Amino acid sequence: MALLEIQDVSRRFGDFTAVDRVSIAIEAGEFFTLLGPSGCGKTTLLRMIAGFDLPDGGRILLEGSDLAGRPPEQRPVRTVFQSYALFPHMTVAGNIAFPLRMAGTPAGETPGKIEEALADVRLTGFGKRYPHELSGGQKQRVAIARALVTHPAVLLLDEPLAALDAKLREEMQIELINLQKEVGITFVYVTHDQTEALALSRRIAVMNKGRVEQVGEPSKIYNFPSSRFVADFIGTCNLLDGVVIAAESGTVTVEVEALGPVRATTTLGTAVGAPGAIALRPEKIRIESKSSEATPDNHFRGTVTDFLYLGDVTVYRVSTPSGRKLEALLANSESGRTKFFETGDTVEMSWPADAGHFLDS
Amino acid sequence: MAARPEARLGKWLVSGLPLLYLIAFFAIPALIMVLASFRTPGEFGGLSPLVENGKIDLNLESYSRFFTDSIYAQIFAKSVWYALLTTFFCLLLAYPLAALVAKSGKKHRDLLLLLVILPFWSNFLIRVYAWMIILGPNAALARSVNGLLSWFGHEPVPLLFSSFAVLVCLVYVHLPFMVLPLYANLEKHDQALLDAAQDLGANGWQRFWRITFPLSLPGVYAGAALVFIPALGIFAIPDILGGPEDSLIGNVIKQQFLETRDWPFGSVLSIVLTVAALALAGLAAWVARGNLGTPSSGGDTRA
Repeated sequence: MALLEIQDVSRRFGDFTAVDRVSIAIEAGEFFTLLGPSGCGKTTLLRMIAGFDLPDGGRILLEGSDLAGRPPEQRPVRTVFQSYALFPHMTVAGNIAFPLRMAGTPAGETPGKIEEALADVRLTGFGKRYPHELSGGQKQRVAIARALVTHPAVLLLDEPLAALDAKLREEMQIELINLQKEVGITFVYVTHDQTEALALSRRIAVMNKGRVEQVGEPSKIYNFPSSRFVADFIGTCNLLDGVVIAAESGTVTVEVEALGPVRATTTLGTAVGAPGAIALRPEKIRIESKSSEATPDNHFRGTVTDFLYLGDVTVYRVSTPSGRKLEALLANSESGRTKFFETGDTVEMSWPADAGHFLDS
Repeated sequence: MAARPEARLGKWLVSGLPLLYLIAFFAIPALIMVLASFRTPGEFGGLSPLVENGKIDLNLESYSRFFTDSIYAQIFAKSVWYALLTTFFCLLLAYPLAALVAKSGKKHRDLLLLLVILPFWSNFLIRVYAWMIILGPNAALARSVNGLLSWFGHEPVPLLFSSFAVLVCLVYVHLPFMVLPLYANLEKHDQALLDAAQDLGANGWQRFWRITFPLSLPGVYAGAALVFIPALGIFAIPDILGGPEDSLIGNVIKQQFLETRDWPFGSVLSIVLTVAALALAGLAAWVARGNLGTPSSGGDTRA
């Protein structure tokens, strides 16, 4: 049985359905991420788990028992708020002691637990400081220490790194992964940042318009998106619309408008004549000036129309003679790579059949 | 700060006028009062000449009278007690009211704030006299209270001309001065802090006592000062609504100047009152800083 079960949960605000019949099962000790654009319902779902909002339909079970009748203060669930929400009139130690006091922890045990929590977030010696004396990253860690000190069953994190700068965010991501492994508590993480979700999570639920589009491991979600939305939202993706003209086990050939037949994999029992799209990641397209010997399944010629040099990689936009635009990404550090393409160059694009993934429409 | 001369001149021009005003109408009168407290009362009131027979007449007689006659210390203590009670009841009534205003939506908030300051639109004395009618022996309030008392076999009690009337009116008059600073403070409170406290296991009472109240202390202190200091020196309310036992220090001061015409002694009482109010305010600020432990910018609720 999963630790946290969200069963058919809905939440409506007037005519607007914020969360639409969502079902997710989260395992104990898992780093689980709710990922989606703003307004997709991920924060509403988080607030319902915490108890600040109640579902209009469905149930939320923790360790098998329904949370419906329990107010936030009685749920063994803690939240790390986006604004940190540290109590400004209390020291760091006072903040961390707060949930211990509320739980009636004997005063004798409190200092030890505070020390332990501070050590967990690498803030030993900061107990006497006030929140206004801390940097953003330090405040974030105090908020996490405060939420973890009572060893809740689930820790909810609401875009906790959104207010930090890029460099610090990456550092905190690594710390969060390590911390989660160390304490073994289930983390439910909300973010709109897909790279953050891919980097942190063991599993991701991609949400859109109140619904869960796909649940799975980061590599599954990235390589085998189950819908156009997921393919488009996670990273960049070429979406090649067309109709299936041939189908074998696991492979399809799609007649793509303004391109031609393209072979791709599929996990669906797709029939000939079905419309859909192939999701093709830019980094899976090879571009060369001459067509190579070992010709893969898909092979097209085009002209470079724009390119973006990003340091580690270059993004090329290539247009085929019939006007189909594709985006391809090349690592600049690739060994033996001497040729960089310029706008107007004619290039050969190719990719194997298993690079693209067919999506039903 | 090496300000350019014209900038310095500008600064003086801007602050000069209010400064002059304060010197003329506050500092100099205060000094005159201090001087008067060391002089001798005139035969027919006022002050006797400062220089008589070539000698300057300055003495401590009025001060020694204040410190030897215990009746003045008693009245003083009573005034402090009334002012403290007024502050306490104002706080008790104003806190929920300010919280309600701070919590209500934009539309209702303005209306509620208007209602809080509405009493200022009518004259202070008229409002005090209104209480005379409300508490009068033939008014509904006194009748129903005494009706209830007689039902329990009690003697009827007069509501008017009593310490009760004085206190009720003191609280009524000063209430807005407590509500407004409290509202200004509570309105800035961050809901996320209360959510966090609840999430961390605090129930409603704990959230109030551990988060809202400590964070509202700057507002409480501001309100308490705005109520306590004027309540300490008030004389109109005991004059109009109080009985003979309800004379406060303000009444005695007024009496010394207008009826007894003992200006030096009246000056002594005024000075003691001012010093006492300053000392109490200083003490409160000191306690506040000691208790909070933080630089008292505690009003900042943003993390």
